[in-house]
Amino acid sequence: MKFRRGDIVLAVTVLAGAAALFLPLGGVGLWPRADMLLWIAALIVAALPALDYLARPIAAFLALLGAVMAGAALYGLIGAGARGVHAYGLWLGVIVLVVLSWRAMALSAALAAAYKSNLLHLAAPILLGVWTIFMWQVLTVGFDIPRVLLPPPSDIAASMVASSRDLALDFVQTFIRAMIPGYVIGCGAGFIVGVLVDRVPFLQRGLLPLGNLVSALPIVAVAPIMVMWFGFDWQSKAAVVVIMTFFPMLVSTIAGLAALSRMELDLMRTYAATYGQTLWKARLQAAMPFIFNALKINSTLALIGAIVAEFFGTPVVGMGFRISTEVGRMNISMVWATIVVAAVAGSAAYGALALMERIVTFWHPSLRKVA
Amino acid sequence: MNSLAQRLRDGHALPVLAIVAVLIAVWYLGAIWLNSQRIIDLYEADEDMKGKWTTSDLIRDTLSMNRPVLPAPDQVVMELDRSVLEVAPTSNRSLLYHAWVTLSAALVGFGLGALLGIALAVAIVHVKTLERALMPWVIASQTIPILAIAPMIIVVLGSIGFVGLMPKAFISAYLCFFPVTIGMVKGLTSPEPLQLDLIRTYSANEGQIFRKLRWPASFAFLFPSLKIAVALAVVGAIVGELPTGAAAGLGARLLAGSYYGQTVQIWSALVLASLVAGLSVAAVGWAERITMRRMGGRA
Amino acid sequence: MAKIERLRDRSGAEVSPAARQPAVEVAGLNLVFQTADTPVTALSDINLTVNKGDFVSLIGPSGCGKTTLLRVIADLERATGGSIQVNGVSPEQARLARAYGYVFQAAALYPWRSVLRNVTLPLEIMGLSRKEQLERAARVIELVELTGFERKFPWQLSGGMQQRVSIARALSFDPDLLLMDEPFGALDEIIRDRLNEQLLQLWERTGKTVIFVTHSIPEAVFLSSRIVVMSPRPGRIVDIVESDLPRDRNFEIREDARFAEIAHRVRLGLRAGHGDVDE
Repeated sequence: MKFRRGDIVLAVTVLAGAAALFLPLGGVGLWPRADMLLWIAALIVAALPALDYLARPIAAFLALLGAVMAGAALYGLIGAGARGVHAYGLWLGVIVLVVLSWRAMALSAALAAAYKSNLLHLAAPILLGVWTIFMWQVLTVGFDIPRVLLPPPSDIAASMVASSRDLALDFVQTFIRAMIPGYVIGCGAGFIVGVLVDRVPFLQRGLLPLGNLVSALPIVAVAPIMVMWFGFDWQSKAAVVVIMTFFPMLVSTIAGLAALSRMELDLMRTYAATYGQTLWKARLQAAMPFIFNALKINSTLALIGAIVAEFFGTPVVGMGFRISTEVGRMNISMVWATIVVAAVAGSAAYGALALMERIVTFWHPSLRKVA
Repeated sequence: MNSLAQRLRDGHALPVLAIVAVLIAVWYLGAIWLNSQRIIDLYEADEDMKGKWTTSDLIRDTLSMNRPVLPAPDQVVMELDRSVLEVAPTSNRSLLYHAWVTLSAALVGFGLGALLGIALAVAIVHVKTLERALMPWVIASQTIPILAIAPMIIVVLGSIGFVGLMPKAFISAYLCFFPVTIGMVKGLTSPEPLQLDLIRTYSANEGQIFRKLRWPASFAFLFPSLKIAVALAVVGAIVGELPTGAAAGLGARLLAGSYYGQTVQIWSALVLASLVAGLSVAAVGWAERITMRRMGGRA
Repeated sequence: MAKIERLRDRSGAEVSPAARQPAVEVAGLNLVFQTADTPVTALSDINLTVNKGDFVSLIGPSGCGKTTLLRVIADLERATGGSIQVNGVSPEQARLARAYGYVFQAAALYPWRSVLRNVTLPLEIMGLSRKEQLERAARVIELVELTGFERKFPWQLSGGMQQRVSIARALSFDPDLLLMDEPFGALDEIIRDRLNEQLLQLWERTGKTVIFVTHSIPEAVFLSSRIVVMSPRPGRIVDIVESDLPRDRNFEIREDARFAEIAHRVRLGLRAGHGDVDE
């Protein structure tokens, strides 16, 4: 039997896992029985894939199962009171868990590549995400990290449940009332001006460099001026979003309308097509990849703009308001709760745009499958 | 028509100047219009002026208000002159001092973020597992409004004694690393299969392939990302100054101006912030030109 | 937009007096490009008459102006001197009357449109009814032997098939004149031979006038009734070779002695144009 490097790593890991059972646990005498059994079972299950007789999907599944069981055992250990820097058994266990999780991720990534399945492609990132949250919980509780510095995920979840009404109102104020109108107006105006300017090359040559320049500037800094002009409420925040989204959209529209090559434009000329026909039938379609690129980038910019603009003054509701006040009260888990809401909302918006992009620009080389 | 005139006509300088000129004219008109309501109210309240004011009175007064709704361009220029050129740069009344406070944090953050981004990209390209597991999260991380956590990071780090430049630099670094990572991954994977095959026929190992092929090929993608990153770093540093009511920095000046209603101060801080961002991007662009020229790219 | 039907007798010749008019008449044509350094003479004193039903090839090395001449006929470039008439009117009027179909070096199909919708593109622009669009499209798709592929997208087809779609698209509105700019240049020789045969059959069946740009001597001799040899710097016509090969040809004609003679004369013309004649 030949020994591959992976087998050696696995052997060392299992030995370390066994050793973890005998090291001090800082506050708890021995491993609680249930957790000890779970831990040993996890090590055995995780070691099984070393046998070459197993098919790849089964090996990946066992590696995953072993990692999950090890995680559950550690969770129980933390719950039983293991704490502190001197809990060597706990930390050795954490290291063992890291190695087992890495193997699980590597095996599922290899599996996804072999089977070319879209669902499997999600496995590795999801594993990483779950693992990160788990480690966050274990490390913050296990090391007794001050709640004020970094709260454990359990605290954040509790805050979200307790303040769900406030969070919902904040979401409506910032996302629905400020960001969406601003986004629609800003992107719409950028697109329209881009199309209008298409006929006037002089204006195009002037607006393109200016647009690139303005896109680089810290636009959020105009928030206090917007507050002065439009008042404290959502209108000023929407105005900031309009300014932030206008220029990237303008620049992308101009670039997109220039995308078609000479040959394709000549083709339209041989059909004696009018400017409008050429624009509608050919150039706008070819511009769509650029426009969607800008729409996706703008969605992130818009959310950031709406939230940060609230730092400069807002009525007593809104995600930015919530963040700044809860920070002042050192209620950090509430701040994280707001961030989770913002992240989920932002990802959903981005995902919706990506889906629309897939439908509209299905023909683009980056999106199509070779038949 | 000689070639200079033709180049002016077909180039970018003339249209940009024309549009800027139009924008400044619109700015003046806007200032007159937006400020006129308050001025007219003042006239009506004053016995001497009531009913006797002329348009030129209106124009003169709207363009020289103390706390205008929209300051005139020349007012902003004068304020800039006052706070930049007429004050010693080391005094804390000088906008240059504040600009430096912000810029230094931004540059440190930019450096950290760029290094992190490059390191992450190298790791992603060479370790398959990382690519599968990490890339989706790198992309997802951008949907989290990082600027929104800025207050939290500042306050939390402050509570453990971490104040001054570093917290702002962290925020800037977080904003920077994403464009650099994405750009570098694209750049490191940009060599065509043909070029990779060629270097493998020379029995090159992964390290040599990286040094001789992937790394030089990545520059074309690295520099545009660095330009985006440095602009984001400046934004990050500015926003980082907001939460704790920092005393120094352009963000602090913006905040102070908005608290005390000093409109002209806000605008001059805004103009300087834009200058700082613009110059930083230009500096990266200049570095790009030099590097590309040395590597034989088109100037 | 007037209906595009034409009356024909059984041999394919037109039954209207307009048939006596040449399809394209070029006299003393010049085209000088103004570049940053020096003016470039792309075309110099071109004289050419193309009659209806001709298959004329323009052959020459790069830079001899063959593509430029085609583009002037199509009103994609403007001449700087001389005269040119297409169907008895100026190129611009001919273009606005949609008198010709143009086939480019690349298929130039729109990737967001299916094969069928790519073929109906000119018909949409001309404002034909949907029913008529589909009828005509079905006809020309059958002509290029691509029935069954209507719903496919361009990237799902091979290079040769894409070019066939491009030809079908050019034929869809039934123009009398077909202008083709090295349409098979990017394809391999086997496909090229097949497409050459198909093009010839198409020409026989429809009686159209074809002006075909190529830099392949066998292709030019195989396809044409007349071969125009051009040379560069400045772009000019060196020789016009009339081909008396029978009108219905198959690929075996390439072995024919007369084929070799015509090819040889074309080759001589090309070399003379280049300045290295070694006789």
